[in-house]
Order: sequence, then C-alpha cells, then structure tokens
Amino acid sequence: MSAQAHPPSHPHSQPLIHGLMAEFNSADDLIAAAHQIHDAGFKRVDAYTPYPIEELSEALGHHRSKLPAIVLTGGILGALGGYGLQFWAATIAYPMNIGGRPFHSWPAFIVPTFECTILAAALFAVLGMFALNGLPHPYHPVFNVPRFALASRDRYFLVIEARDPKFDRQDTERFLTGLKASEVFEVER
Amino acid sequence: MATLEDERAKPYRPPIVAPGYTTATVTDKISEVVLQRTPRWWYLGFGISFLIMMMFLTAVTWLFAKGVGIWGVNQPVGWGFAIVNFVWWIGIGHAGTLISAILLLLRQEWRTSINRFAEAMTLFAVACAGMFPVLHLGRPWLAYWLFPYPNTMGLWPQFRSPLIWDVFAVSTYATVSALFWYVGLIPDLATLRDRSKKRIAQIIYGFGAMGWRGSAAHWHNYETAYLLLAGLATPLVVSVHTVVSFDFAIGIVPGWHATIFPPYFVAGAIYAGFAMVLTLTIPLRAAFGLQDFITLRHLQNMGKVMLATGLIVVYGYAMEFFFAWYSGHHVEQFTFWNRVTGPYKYYWFSLLLCNLLAPQALWLRKVRTSPARLFIVAMFVNAGMWIERFVIVVTSLHRDFLPSSWGMYRGTMWDWMTFIGTLGLFLSLLFLFIRFLPMISIFEMRTIVPGTRGGEYTEVPR
Repeated sequence: MSAQAHPPSHPHSQPLIHGLMAEFNSADDLIAAAHQIHDAGFKRVDAYTPYPIEELSEALGHHRSKLPAIVLTGGILGALGGYGLQFWAATIAYPMNIGGRPFHSWPAFIVPTFECTILAAALFAVLGMFALNGLPHPYHPVFNVPRFALASRDRYFLVIEARDPKFDRQDTERFLTGLKASEVFEVER
Repeated sequence: MATLEDERAKPYRPPIVAPGYTTATVTDKISEVVLQRTPRWWYLGFGISFLIMMMFLTAVTWLFAKGVGIWGVNQPVGWGFAIVNFVWWIGIGHAGTLISAILLLLRQEWRTSINRFAEAMTLFAVACAGMFPVLHLGRPWLAYWLFPYPNTMGLWPQFRSPLIWDVFAVSTYATVSALFWYVGLIPDLATLRDRSKKRIAQIIYGFGAMGWRGSAAHWHNYETAYLLLAGLATPLVVSVHTVVSFDFAIGIVPGWHATIFPPYFVAGAIYAGFAMVLTLTIPLRAAFGLQDFITLRHLQNMGKVMLATGLIVVYGYAMEFFFAWYSGHHVEQFTFWNRVTGPYKYYWFSLLLCNLLAPQALWLRKVRTSPARLFIVAMFVNAGMWIERFVIVVTSLHRDFLPSSWGMYRGTMWDWMTFIGTLGLFLSLLFLFIRFLPMISIFEMRTIVPGTRGGEYTEVPR
C-alpha cells in the first residue's frame, strides 16, 4: 500500500484509503478502545460487532435514536388517515342509512383506526430504521478487508475513517495498536 | 443444613443454552443447518407436504370452477369449515407473536431460541388463515373489493361491519408480522452471506441483508426499531383475535353474543399456538440436533403457558354456560343444552377430552419434561382447538331461533381437501424456511451465551 493520508491541513482533498480497521478479540477490549478513541477526539469512528452492545454506542457518543419520533409520527398519521378515511366514506362519499343510525357512527370506526395506527407506525419503524441506517447499502469499503467477514460471527472491529480531521496514517495506526487491537488493517476505498 | 434444603427445594432447571457455547460456535451450529447439504429426509418431508399442497390447489381449482356449492355450507349453517379453519389458523399464529413480541418486552430470555421459528409459523399460519375468508367469498377474484380504494362504482366498504374490521386486523397483522420477521432476519442474513461458500448463496443472502455490516450506529437504531415493533405487535396481536371474536360476538346468534368472547378467544389462540409450536419444535430439534439450544427448559415453559391458557379457555367454556343460564333466555339456554345433548354432542365431549382433560397432564413435571408426552398433549390441543371452533360455529347456527329452519351441517370431501390442503401449504412453507433461513435467531443467541455483553433486551449475562 502506497497510501498516504493527506495532512489535516487539507481537509477537502480525497484521502486515498477509507481508513484504518482494528480487530479486537473481545467486546470488553473494543468498548475500552472506543472510550479512548472517543476521548482522543476522533469523530468519524464506527465499530462493528456480531450483536448489539448498548455500552458501545454510548462509548462512541451516539445520540438517542431519532426513530421513536418517526414512529410516533407514523402512528399519528395512521390514526388520522384511518379515521379520516372512514369518516369521509361513511358520511360524505357513501352515506348509508341503516336503521336510522348516525352516519358518523364513531364507535364502529375505532377498530380500523387502531389497525391503521399500528400499520403506519410499524411501516415507519422499519422504513425509518432503513433510512437512518442508510440501508440498503450494496457496497461498503469495510468489506474489502477479508477478516471483516468475522464481524458477523465472533470478532469485533473498529474503523477510524481517513476523513476524520485527526486522522494520520502512521499515528493512528500506532494509537490503535496500543489499544489492545489484535491486528490493524488498512481499509481500501 | 439450610442450604442443602434450599438446594433440594429448588427443582432442577435446565439451562437456556447448553454450557460450552461461544458466539462462534452458536453461529457455526445454526448456520450449518442452512449451509450444509440438504438432508435426504428433507426431500421426503417437503415432497409429501408439497403433494398435500397440490391437493389444496386441486380443491381450490374446483371451487373456482363450481363455486362454494361444492362445500357443505348452506342454510342455516352458512359459515362452516371456512370460518372454523380461518379461526383455527389465525389462532395458531398468535403464539409466534406472543413469543417474539410480548416475551421480548417481558425480558423472557428463553424466548430467544424459539422466536424466529415461531414467527415463521405465525406468518405461514396467517397465510393459511387468509385463504379461507377469501375462498369463501364466492367470487374470490374480487377480494380486493374489501379494501377501501377509489373505484368507478363509487362504492366504499361498510366500516361498521366486523368483517371489514377483520380485513383491517388480519392484513395489518400479516404485514407487521412479516416486517418484524424480516427485520429480525437482517443480521442473520448478513451472517449467512459472510459464511456461505457458494457465490449464488452469497448474492441472494447479500440481497436480503441489504449490506448489513453490524455497525454500532446501525445496531443502535436497529434495537430501537425492534423494540418499538415489539411494542406495536403486542397490542396488535391481542386486537386481532379480539376482532375475530367480534365476528361472532357482534352478531345476535345465540351462543355467540357474549362479552366473554374477546378474552376467551385470545387465550384460546395462545393456547393453540403454543401447542403448534411444540408440535413443530419437538421433531425439529431432534432432526437437526438442536437440543442444546431448544432445551427442556423451553419445552417445559411452553407446557406451562399451555396449561395456564388452557385453564382460561376452560373458564371461558364455563362462563358461556353460566351466561346462558343467567340470561334467562330460553333460546340461549337451549343452544347450550343442544351442544351437550344435541346431534353434535360427540364434538362437545371430544372438546372436553382434548381441552379440559388432556392439558391437566401438564401439571406433572414428568409430562412437561418429556418431549414425547408433551407432543401427545400438544396434538390433543391442536385437535381440541379445531373442534372448539367447530362447536362454536356449527352448533350455534344449526339450531337458532326458528325450529322450522333448523338443519344439519357436515363438511364435504372438498371441505376436507381444502382444510388438509392448507396443512400441506403450511408444512411446505415451513420446510422451505428451515432449509433456506436460520430457524434460530443467531444474533440473539450470541447475546445469551456466557461471556458476551448482552444487548438491550436481554439480561446481563450470568
């Protein structure tokens, strides 16, 4: 690899590599490393684990997920949409007099309204999660490291991107090696 | 001495995962089921299921050609097998959602090794359930008329009808179950993508995984989505069988018009569903050697849930009789007397055998810890819950207010072919599922093996 990261004084130039990847043997090592990397001021960092680890996203300084607000929005839209549809159909578009009952017979509309609420909230939850995570994402540089296939089995990885203002090809590699990383790889773009 | 007594007082509790597993070995063991060569018995099992499904398609083809007249339904019993089977199948599905959503929110760790499978069962059971109301329509090709959409006829569905509520409830249930299942599968599809050696498998699993790479930022949103979906699915599953029970309870037919119906139906659904989960997991864990993951603890717990919900169902039976007596209405009273002494009395007594007597065996630890005995009890329950729906649908309709319009009902050959045929559809889908997708959630299993850092929805590892 002849890759040399550009000095931090040229933040707009394209770095030649995606970043550096460190492999860890255990979740504890990874979490400890994530804390130190966060404290060192790195911003463009992501960790990769075979299962969710709550402490890790805390260590990396992730904020609360925006998803609950998205799902709430979906639920409210679903409820209004479902009720609105029934109200409009039963009183305006197709009023039907059945035994003199009121057209706007709201108790009968509760069940479909409830179902529409759940349906819209669930769709917003799933599509919102995809959107926030940028999925589907067919190509990602981390897969260029062959060892990365183990991220979905039993290995723990952490990547500092070359775009990070504090990134330096040699210094960062030394820094990562010092964090109990079992190995450090260069991630091609 | 006290400690010794404590030890003796505590019954042996088998672990959720057999000791000695690590994140690597659970991954290998579960993904191996999918990535290994197809076992010969799979072809046999799938082949038989597929043939039974062909019988279903035959029956449906004849139905399309001739109309619902080929079924046994007629006045006064207009609902018959179609509704019996619909309620039976949809009830079975409910255990899957209970395991995947409600037990998740209750932090029942043991659900982890059965939730994926149970969710798949839900999806396939709902698919089978959905067949019946649609086939019963008379003109099934116009089923889309049930949905509200702008049309040139200027018509809208009758939103005051429980049958339309059913359309909303069941279609929402099917959609949300599918979403929940797929979201749960994404990290496991990524595992299969990374572990399979064949190019074609890598591409197909890769498509399904959508580029999942286990990023901490992604897991963060993912877990939030998963928990929120569980929170949404929980009231949903209760609402679905409630709405199914409204199909009956909103009508004024004697034997149907009772306020006990919603809770009694929901309990019955969970009861039937756990019986089906047991029916399927007991042979499968043996076939794939998954006894380390689906341990006696799981079987025992499922037996307990079955016993508890079974008792609620029996309470429902008792209350139906009480209501009939207490109503003071002679037709209502006659309906229940007719259940016990009328022409369908053998159905009623087999119902008691299957749903009242058989599950009492679950009080015994000896039964709960023996897969073979549990399997037998579960088969009784499967049959019992079908009979229950038959009793509710048929005995109420066949002799109602007007003795001059009384009649008898029996399923025809086509009714039976359609019903048994959906079993073939269900089993075919299940065989495809266990062959091509991980039947145990791999990433969730990783969180419960010792020495890992459990996720948000599992307890701190012991």
